Amino acid sequence: MEKHSKEFKVNAAGKNVPFRINGNELIPYMGVGKYKPTGRRYGPPLSSCADFPADGNKLVPNLKEALIRSGLRDGMTISTHHHFRNGDLIANQIFDIAHELGIKDLVWFPSASFPCHDPLIKYLEDGTINRIEGSMNGPLGKFTSEGKMKGVGVLRSHGGRYQAVQDGEVIIDIAVIAAPISDTFGNSNGVNGAAACGLLGFALADSQYAHKVVVVTDTLVPFPCIPWQIQGNYVDYVVKVDQVGLSEKIVSGTTNVTKSPDRLYIAELTAQFCDAAGLVQDGFSFQAGAGGTALSIGIYFDQIMRDRNIKARFIRAGSNKYPVKMLEDGYVDYILDGQTFDLEGVRSMRENPGHVNTSPFTSYNYHGKGNFASMVDIAILGATEVDIQFNANVVTHSDGYLLHGIGGWQNCIASKCTILPIPLFRDRIPVVRENVTTLCGPGELIDVIVTERGIAINPLRQDLIEKVKGTGIPLKTIEQLLDEAQRICGKPTDPKFTDEVVAVVKWVDGTVIDTIYKLDK
Amino acid sequence: MEKIAYSGNQGKEVRSDCHITVEITTSGGVEVVLKSKVRALYEENIRKQILDAAAFFGLTSAKIIVDDTGALPFVIAARLEAAIRKVVKTDKEILAPALSENTTTTARDKRRFSRLYLPGDSPRFFINAGIHNPDGIILDLEDSVSAEKKYDARFLVRNALREVNFYGCERMVRINQIPQGLEDLDYIVPHHVNLILVPKCESAEQIREVNKRIDEIRKKHGLKYDIWLMPIIESALGVVRAFEIATAAPNVASLAIGLEDYTADIAAKRTLEGKESFFARSQVVNVARAAGIQPIDSVFSDVSDMEALKNNILISKGLGFEGMGCIHPRQIPVIHDNFAPDKAELEKAIKIVNAFHEAKEKGLGVVSLGSKMIDAPVVKRALKTIQVAIDLKKLEPNWRENQQSI
Repeated sequence: MEKHSKEFKVNAAGKNVPFRINGNELIPYMGVGKYKPTGRRYGPPLSSCADFPADGNKLVPNLKEALIRSGLRDGMTISTHHHFRNGDLIANQIFDIAHELGIKDLVWFPSASFPCHDPLIKYLEDGTINRIEGSMNGPLGKFTSEGKMKGVGVLRSHGGRYQAVQDGEVIIDIAVIAAPISDTFGNSNGVNGAAACGLLGFALADSQYAHKVVVVTDTLVPFPCIPWQIQGNYVDYVVKVDQVGLSEKIVSGTTNVTKSPDRLYIAELTAQFCDAAGLVQDGFSFQAGAGGTALSIGIYFDQIMRDRNIKARFIRAGSNKYPVKMLEDGYVDYILDGQTFDLEGVRSMRENPGHVNTSPFTSYNYHGKGNFASMVDIAILGATEVDIQFNANVVTHSDGYLLHGIGGWQNCIASKCTILPIPLFRDRIPVVRENVTTLCGPGELIDVIVTERGIAINPLRQDLIEKVKGTGIPLKTIEQLLDEAQRICGKPTDPKFTDEVVAVVKWVDGTVIDTIYKLDK
Repeated sequence: MEKIAYSGNQGKEVRSDCHITVEITTSGGVEVVLKSKVRALYEENIRKQILDAAAFFGLTSAKIIVDDTGALPFVIAARLEAAIRKVVKTDKEILAPALSENTTTTARDKRRFSRLYLPGDSPRFFINAGIHNPDGIILDLEDSVSAEKKYDARFLVRNALREVNFYGCERMVRINQIPQGLEDLDYIVPHHVNLILVPKCESAEQIREVNKRIDEIRKKHGLKYDIWLMPIIESALGVVRAFEIATAAPNVASLAIGLEDYTADIAAKRTLEGKESFFARSQVVNVARAAGIQPIDSVFSDVSDMEALKNNILISKGLGFEGMGCIHPRQIPVIHDNFAPDKAELEKAIKIVNAFHEAKEKGLGVVSLGSKMIDAPVVKRALKTIQVAIDLKKLEPNWRENQQSI
């Protein structure tokens, strides 16, 4: 099978998109909200209770047995979730087993990848895995950028992943859902157990739409396992292992407030901007990320709320101890949580009804009847590059290497005010560019760029510009920021690519917004 | 001359710097071996910079090895020049045009609440120093630079004075102790330095030596701008001779105390309470006031304890100091907040300034508040207090129009 067609179409962002990759036709990006899907949601095959034990016991001896019984064979799509982050012990085992069984050309469909998945490179090399559709971080990204992956990678946002599964764009043959706790029927959750990770929302689509669903746990409880974040009624097999995840690595390292004075300065400036623009008011909502800068901004918001005795209606998280404290002190009504980043987040989700577990269906799915990403007042996000059209890149670096996944980033920029607090340059690498290396988010959805050398507001947001005029907020145009970055760093040259496609970047509606090529060595 | 020389820093922790090796070879032209974190973006750019410099210094045959961790052009230029000048005898310098922001001058009695120390051989701390808005930045050639890096640091500091935008902060350099520090002056005086800190100062003669050298350099380059001096008293002898130092020359603008060395010199332990240095600190304040210059306190070295810093500042201000050094940007806002006029001081200044304006409007020659006459210096000080409060956003610039009634 050809890796990709030699013919390309030009999408609405002016980017070349191959007709086909991996044998599937692609729809080029048409603009924000322009592509309207037709047809119906995907339906996995029907099941009958007659084929499942009446006592509810779906235990099989081990993962290998579960995969064989699920019909594992060449070319299948295998999904996993990333709630265990860098402490995941299961994804690698799946492919160890596939390799042992001599199975080839699998598609790995994770909700994200981490450094712990680097050993999978050997299976990408020997053909056990054809490609990754999900995120390709660090060494996996480098491997992809060097053109070594057999198939073409597909990068999707968390919401785009749900959409792709729901729409039948990706058909999951076998979903393996690692769960901190489960009963033998397959009801499972993330709030209890030795490897507690808070929730299992990223595996929701997998449980609903996969042909076969395997739950793997190290903690079995008698029926019922409550809460049943994953419902056993979707589950085919349950496997008990000694250890499902490494708890100390599940808790992410990005839960510390930044100590860098430069980043703190950017965080403070961001909070000042939000306040000057009147965005911090009683009943507001914000997205609090896990990065050091985003965390610090959340803490500044917390301080403003305490000083004025106002409160937020909800925080969209990535939760950790800081939003949890705000919830417990009564400065926010709800945490709408997509993933928990520390044990305080897990505890809070277990104990507090105001700490709600969400899934990409409720938060991000673009082919739904709305989602709450667009209801968030302030979203604070990162980027590797931003250009003078306010377009942003989160997946490749300026040297052309693919190094990150999209995460929820594309979905979150639907918020009422999307702010990217970023340094103007990192070492000598300018972050504000004439053109981004890879387009991940169209500029029309990105409202404000906050750098240590001034704030640029998207000219589409005259309302924000008016609000902060005369408040002492250091406003600059994006062109001024570009000019300053180039004066300090020099004008960079663009990386050189071949015309071989190594990955495509999907927009939230399943269309292709940009194409990533193999680097020219 | 050496055949092979090095400049700069390399290693795991190093960022935004580069390490350059220059080796004179017998044939083969100039060969460049480039390892760079930003190779994909700047390879051509860096190669050109290196070859231009080699040509400038007349290198015809050399191997130049560059290990670059994302150094900005001014850093590469400094490292190159330092390394080349170790193997080529020359007085030539590669000078980029100075930024217009870096040719400004400062007033003798400029506010100097905070001054941020930047280790002179660590360029990554230079780049964003100005955005934290200290009253001054100090490019340090003395204690934060090890002996083997002293030569390299001069080029880096020189280039920074010309090319790094410090966003309006006063540009200061701490030179080495006299006499070694006299040689540093060649690298800073022609490059728009505003103020020079003279460490471990123990006599008026040292100040005169510094000024003599400054004048020679000025004459040579035809320089007109003011260069202020801030001697640092760091020894028992320095404390005894503080007045002769403070009055040694008209360009001495401030007198600072350095407690780390001072406490060692008097064989005392430096404590948080600071009883051991009470005499010296009071002496410096008293001498500075007698000489009509600013008394400036030592740095506070615990960068994580903001509460202790605040207490330290309140004591310092209580003794009469007008500023202190800082070694971390986080200390700057705390220093500004607490050296700024407090509520009572501000209220008093407002009353005096109001009385002053009223007297002026009524054409009275004498300013009075109630039954008390106010002397001109008191009015002047109150006006200054008001200006500081406005600068630090503790008072609206148009406070007089907005005030209800006082």
